[in-house]
Amino acid sequence: MKVLEGLKYSKDHEWVRVEGNKAYLGITDYAQSAMGNIVFVELPEEGAEVGEGESIGVVESVKSASDLYSPLSGVVVEINEELEDMPEKINQEPYESWIAAVELNNAEELDNLMGADDYIKFLEGEA
Amino acid sequence: MKKTPLYDLHRQYGGRIIDFGGWALPVQYSDILEEHHKVRTAAGLFDVSHMGEITVKGPGAEVFVQKMVTNDILKAEDFQVVYSPMCYPDGGVVDDLLLYKFNKEEYLLVVNGVNTDKDFQWLGEHAHDQVEIKNVSSEYAQLALQGPKAEHVLQKLTDTALTEIKFFRFKPQVDIGGIKALVSRTGYTGEDGFEIYASSEDASVLWEKIMEAGIDAGLAPAGLGARDTLRFEAALPLYGQELSRDLSPLEARLGWTVKLDKEDFIGKAALTAQKAQGLRRTLVGFEMIDRGVPRSHYKIEKEGEEIGFVTTGSFSPSLNKNIGLAFVDSVYAAEGMEIDIVIRKKALKARVIGLPFYRKRYRK
Repeated sequence: MKVLEGLKYSKDHEWVRVEGNKAYLGITDYAQSAMGNIVFVELPEEGAEVGEGESIGVVESVKSASDLYSPLSGVVVEINEELEDMPEKINQEPYESWIAAVELNNAEELDNLMGADDYIKFLEGEA
Repeated sequence: MKKTPLYDLHRQYGGRIIDFGGWALPVQYSDILEEHHKVRTAAGLFDVSHMGEITVKGPGAEVFVQKMVTNDILKAEDFQVVYSPMCYPDGGVVDDLLLYKFNKEEYLLVVNGVNTDKDFQWLGEHAHDQVEIKNVSSEYAQLALQGPKAEHVLQKLTDTALTEIKFFRFKPQVDIGGIKALVSRTGYTGEDGFEIYASSEDASVLWEKIMEAGIDAGLAPAGLGARDTLRFEAALPLYGQELSRDLSPLEARLGWTVKLDKEDFIGKAALTAQKAQGLRRTLVGFEMIDRGVPRSHYKIEKEGEEIGFVTTGSFSPSLNKNIGLAFVDSVYAAEGMEIDIVIRKKALKARVIGLPFYRKRYRK
């Protein structure tokens, strides 16, 4: 499973890429592999307020629907509409396929997330 | 979890094992969409050894089976397979099954894995001294070889002319690469293909022989995930979703398997009355108009009123759209009717369409 340096990771297998006060969110290689073929993505609305741990969208595979929980609180400022027509990009390029970007309310919440090394250890624990 | 005789091979082939009604079986090997397309365009090999096998033998076998199921087996010839629901007196479904007729005194009933014990008990409760009923499930492994290349692949391993096994016919004791197996031209995918019953001890060798014979034809192992999307596109019912204790075969559009004119069978009175009164609800197919994937148990509304529920819903790999099967009040069952599927509290538009979604390509 691919894990990228420089990203933050949640225990729900989401990745976070921080740019200034903005965080891009997606699901990890492990998550996309575990879900299998992704056939549908429900994006949040721009301007929506999300709390830490709240659902910010839904990713659906052939077999099941999974909520995407935002590991950070803030306001949705960008959504990746390309995924509506090409949800399979999440399988192909999980770390390119950001789902939404959130303007952070509280940058300290980032400290609750794992770095790449810790996430690799976390994955080993899951296996 | 119970393991089929092929469990070790599934691991070896990279199968992702899940708990399927108490059985450890692979949901997929590579990915569901790829396996689905393989079966539609070439061939796939499935382990369906979780299916139950029950034999009914004895001088009273024909009369007994005829009474237990809704379809008419008197017209069946030897070595013919009949599909039928088996009902409770109130018309609810105990199970749907395949009846393999060897002769009037010997039948093999192939039932859903999760229902095997229940079916065996139900049959036993109605048995008498003219029939002997045995649950022989553990003696059998069952493989399903499905797809347009299925015959080509299997023919390489046998001298038996497979073209002579017609649709819903079978032949016992076929020699497949030195292994004796019962072969029927049946399946659960909407494609041509075979179901192959061999002894549990022979299962692994048989699997490997078929996989090897199929290399040039593009044969791939296929898991339960693809099995479900394939049967769903062909609108073949799945017990627990389109059929259950609380749903009748008439509602599930299986009227062609319910012979109300035959002498007597369990459920006849209730089903006759239901037909006379008209069906309150009906199984329909629908496609999403709005963006969304329907799933089992989602509610269906019309102008805010609840009118039914989804039984199976999915992205359809062959049609490349989101579709579903559902029970709705019969007044809303007409093709073209717009209905709302409630997905995460939002009413999303869908339209009733004809069934099956995917035109079956059986070789008859």
